[in-house]
Amino acid sequence: MSLGNFTPEAFAFGFFTLITLGGAFGVVLNKNLVRGAVWLVVSLFGVAGFFVILSAPFLAAVQVLVYIGAIGILFTFAVMLTRSMTNLTERFNSQWWLGGLVAVFLFLFMVIAVIVPVFGEMTEPTSDMVATTVDLGIALVDGNQYVLPFEVASLLLTAAMIGEIVIARGDD
Amino acid sequence: MNVLNEWAFIGVFFLIAPLLPALPIVLGGVFSPSKPNAIKQSTYECGVETVGNTWVQFKVQYYIYGLIFLIFDVEMVFLFPWALAYGQLDWFGFFAGFLFIFLLTDALVYAWRKDALEWT
Amino acid sequence: MECSNIISTFEPCLVSAGWNADIAALVAILLGVVLVASFPLLVAILLIWIERKFAARIQDRIGPNRVGPFGLLQPFADVVKLLGKEDITPAGADKVIYNMSPVVSVMAVLLIWAVIPFTPVNVGVDLEIGALYFIAVGSIGTLAVILAAWSSNNKYALLGAFRVVAQLISYEIPLALALLIPVMLAGSMSLVGIVDAQAGMWYVFMAPVAAFIFFISSQAETGRGPFDLLEAESELVAGFNIEYSGMKFAMFFAGEFMHVFTNGVLLAVLFTGGWQGPGAHSLPVLGFVYLMLKTGFWFSISLLMRNALPRVRIDQLMAFNWKFLVPLSVVNVLMISFLLKVIQEIGLAPDDPVNFVQNIPQTLVLLLGNVALFAGVMTILRNQTRQERLREEARRAEFGLAPTLAGD
Repeated sequence: MSLGNFTPEAFAFGFFTLITLGGAFGVVLNKNLVRGAVWLVVSLFGVAGFFVILSAPFLAAVQVLVYIGAIGILFTFAVMLTRSMTNLTERFNSQWWLGGLVAVFLFLFMVIAVIVPVFGEMTEPTSDMVATTVDLGIALVDGNQYVLPFEVASLLLTAAMIGEIVIARGDD
Repeated sequence: MNVLNEWAFIGVFFLIAPLLPALPIVLGGVFSPSKPNAIKQSTYECGVETVGNTWVQFKVQYYIYGLIFLIFDVEMVFLFPWALAYGQLDWFGFFAGFLFIFLLTDALVYAWRKDALEWT
Repeated sequence: MECSNIISTFEPCLVSAGWNADIAALVAILLGVVLVASFPLLVAILLIWIERKFAARIQDRIGPNRVGPFGLLQPFADVVKLLGKEDITPAGADKVIYNMSPVVSVMAVLLIWAVIPFTPVNVGVDLEIGALYFIAVGSIGTLAVILAAWSSNNKYALLGAFRVVAQLISYEIPLALALLIPVMLAGSMSLVGIVDAQAGMWYVFMAPVAAFIFFISSQAETGRGPFDLLEAESELVAGFNIEYSGMKFAMFFAGEFMHVFTNGVLLAVLFTGGWQGPGAHSLPVLGFVYLMLKTGFWFSISLLMRNALPRVRIDQLMAFNWKFLVPLSVVNVLMISFLLKVIQEIGLAPDDPVNFVQNIPQTLVLLLGNVALFAGVMTILRNQTRQERLREEARRAEFGLAPTLAGD
């Protein structure tokens, strides 16, 4: 995809970039936390669009299901469950300059990493193979591939749930 | 229809779908009278004056359900590819999936035993 | 090229009529989207009449019978009335989110229709991940509920929304777990693939427990009786949409109606073979008729359930989900996957999956497993209920209360 050649993919890429970045700015600049959560959902939706462009529809669906359907809801819940957090209007972040500095550095680092071939020559993708969701399913439970991470993920989720119950209930 | 066209359909759908319900709302705005006044616009809570701030703190049980839901939602993400490829898997694949689900059932049993699922 | 098929193959038809290929593709997509998306909206108008007649008959009334023959034009009269209703925005509302929520609520339901196969050849779009897609877009509706309540600046609305959202997210778990079964049996997440795989045998016979779980949890997802806690008039005034009026309120309502119908379609597609039926391949319109008949079947069961059963309490609702449906659906997934491997091992799997007769042995094994599971669960439930009853009787005896029957 070259710059001179304006393809539908390029158009879609621009569109989703606009949504993602716009949503992200909305999150940062909004003083109302619930509105911020809505902007976050918009931003995450843009990321789902990127997955579609990258021919990873499964990840796009997962993005919508987990990030918008679950995490978006949890964020709004968390905001509404926290005392008087929804009515905050003043800024009390005294370390904003540190955060800004880190963000700028990270951004520069990424730009350099993408544009300048510091880490070796720019290479074409090594394989034309398009992996489908079925391949993913087979690889997940293949003894030579990802079966261990697969089970560890389950263990991690179990640990997360136990930890969540212990912390949220607190008293017992 | 190639892959891009398929998703173009979904994309256009996402743009058109909000317009269809928005149309009657806009039409309603055109045809309906609009005579707002302070009493009409006051919050409706059991017919008495509303007390205090609306955005008060709610009970944490809602959040616990939310977190348990999130865990199971992520589990789904792993189980769908497994189920999809199930016809091509052997007994090893079955036991891998079994262990995965079993470990998570543990978490559910824990939540149950700790009464985290109770609506208190 | 024949111009018979509108939704999926409109494009070659336009190209052959001398259109530019790109414009033809765009126009075809636009037409397809408008057709697919407006279908459930139009059906919803008719459904309101059916629903009201059905409810009326159950309650020994006649129902709408004044406007038009059999009151058929009643929904249109309602629409005209709603158009003239004043739209009141409460004083402290967050205007943007307040206006956006009903639209998102309807949109979440409409989006599901993009992947529904209507006939053997007519489908909005055959996504590889169709099953996951409809769960994902369906979950957007939950967000609309909580935002609607928050933006209307009303304590009761917010309290109602918290309840509803807790209900909606909880019942999404058994819904997705039950959905694993058709995906597993068909080896496909595309709804077209799942319907095609049911040419030999409907999945409702292979996995009735999964169909049961899917039906119950999808009914709960719509927030309709007996799960209509969001409309708990006695406790919450009206739930999350209390401050909405006029057309915006109507949109929430239309969304709910469409959601019920959409669930009927999904059940028909996932468990009773979608458009499959004699002669559907040669005459696609027949496939559409079959789909609507099957949808009507599931839809009427859901109407019956709504009108015949009393509303449950929130603690019962959550306990029913987390302590009954979720464990049941987990065991169901494990059982089906085990039986499928056994079937594969002893060679009962049909050589020709679309052959009805060859499917019978495998279906019998799966059906037997389902019956055994159901019987086991029912036994456990009966024992538990008995224990609970005995405990309650003992408690009453302790306080010197008269032993009572249920309903106290």
